[in-house]
Amino acid sequence: MSKFFEDPNAIRPYEPIPDGHVSGSLLERALRAGEFAVTSELNPPDSADPEDVFEAARPLAEVTDAINATDASGANCHMSSIGICSLLTRTGHGTVYQISCRDRNRIAIQGDVLGAAAMGVRNVLCLTGDGVGAGDQPGAKPVFDLDSVSLIRLIRTMRDTGQFLSGRKITKPPRLFIGAAENPCVDPVDYRADRLAKKVEAGADFIQTNYIFDIPRFERFMERVRDMGLGKRVFILAGVGPLASAKAARWMRSNVPGLHIPDSVIERLEKAEKPGDEGRKICVELIQQIREIPGVSGVHIMAYRREHLVADILREAGIARMAKAG
Amino acid sequence: MYAFRRFAVRRSRQFEWLYQVLERVLVGLDPILSRIGYGRLERPMAFVERHVKGLMFDCRMCGQCVLSSTGMSCPMNCPKQLRNGPCGGVRPGGFCEVKPEMRCVWVEAWDGASRMKHGDKIRVVLPPVDRTLEGSSAWLRASRERIQAIQGGDDANRTALADAYPEARESAPTSAPLTAEPGKGGAS
Repeated sequence: MSKFFEDPNAIRPYEPIPDGHVSGSLLERALRAGEFAVTSELNPPDSADPEDVFEAARPLAEVTDAINATDASGANCHMSSIGICSLLTRTGHGTVYQISCRDRNRIAIQGDVLGAAAMGVRNVLCLTGDGVGAGDQPGAKPVFDLDSVSLIRLIRTMRDTGQFLSGRKITKPPRLFIGAAENPCVDPVDYRADRLAKKVEAGADFIQTNYIFDIPRFERFMERVRDMGLGKRVFILAGVGPLASAKAARWMRSNVPGLHIPDSVIERLEKAEKPGDEGRKICVELIQQIREIPGVSGVHIMAYRREHLVADILREAGIARMAKAG
Repeated sequence: MYAFRRFAVRRSRQFEWLYQVLERVLVGLDPILSRIGYGRLERPMAFVERHVKGLMFDCRMCGQCVLSSTGMSCPMNCPKQLRNGPCGGVRPGGFCEVKPEMRCVWVEAWDGASRMKHGDKIRVVLPPVDRTLEGSSAWLRASRERIQAIQGGDDANRTALADAYPEARESAPTSAPLTAEPGKGGAS
């Protein structure tokens, strides 16, 4: 036996999977146990130092079921999602490997899915990806060989049928908990639940939504989701995050694709003496309101450059919990 | 042309009918087309499609036309070329994330589908495009695939892609083709 496998922290690619589960994911375990799950997004370093990844993960690790590693979100280049996930799995953290269709074709993606699973990744999030024009290298070639929905089905095929899209056999299929995103509060709001239904049909096990700042809109979306019977077929984690100031919120609204922030939220930040505290308070209130909506299984906190606030936000929102082990 | 393609979406019900008629005619002509040879018809038909569909739908000649599943709004005009849209970046009012002056192709698609008789086909998960079919005739392919489906010859040539997206094979056969390409040995 190699030294690698004697290390208790080493990767064990094929641990036994509990009955009725599709993966060995801790996030899946928490969701199926009916816990209100928490995931959060890590700010990926512009660095090749693993210590920077551990540093960024530290404020999130204890209070989340899984940490999302973004895949060049907003088309800005950072350390890759697969690299970050590989590092974090070594320390026992649950990770969500984000796959965007913008930068890689089906050949690259299928290979990376196997690589990630071998490194101990148990959750993936299938995304279409923002256009290259949104990022800092707008001259790049956009790939978009797949879209998020066809990607979900592709990974489900790899997992459940044990085949590449070509039909070639995979000797050890990747045991992954498959995630997808949805953006309930942006146009076309009337069709967002229908698109979610397609993702569930394609094979999504869980959903992480984009930022929710508009509770009435989100409630209408969830009502349709429940009416379509999707609430029982997929776990939905609502996306939230603390805004730093009115100025930052306005900037995000006009520069980050797919972000809906109602004017009332921005006004609240504007009037506040300490906008940072107000942003945190708004986030706490949103979590409390979201938790009351039937069909929501957890929250996904995107606290870009405010990761240090996540633990406090959760405590204030009443999601106090024992430190998550592993 | 942008104005024409928006017109097609507004009249999606009529265009759906037109496409059904076209497919039936081509299927009916199959004995003749087979005798002439699909391979020989490929270039002239692709030429016609390039110009007719180019004018009407801003067709990009993907060779796997799925207009009847996308509200008569061509998904290849989406800058991300989504086959299952819209993405999460749609701007307020239904405009494109990448080209803000353009209506989102997929907002149009869902809108067009809502007026169609078989508009529910938009709910089917479509597979990724086979890029080797780019530039070829989608109409002839649609006709060949329909005949094969009618004759029940699907099982013999079944591909992994068709197995991974069985609903798409059922509702939009060109999206997961199984028939042999003219001039080539077997299905892709």
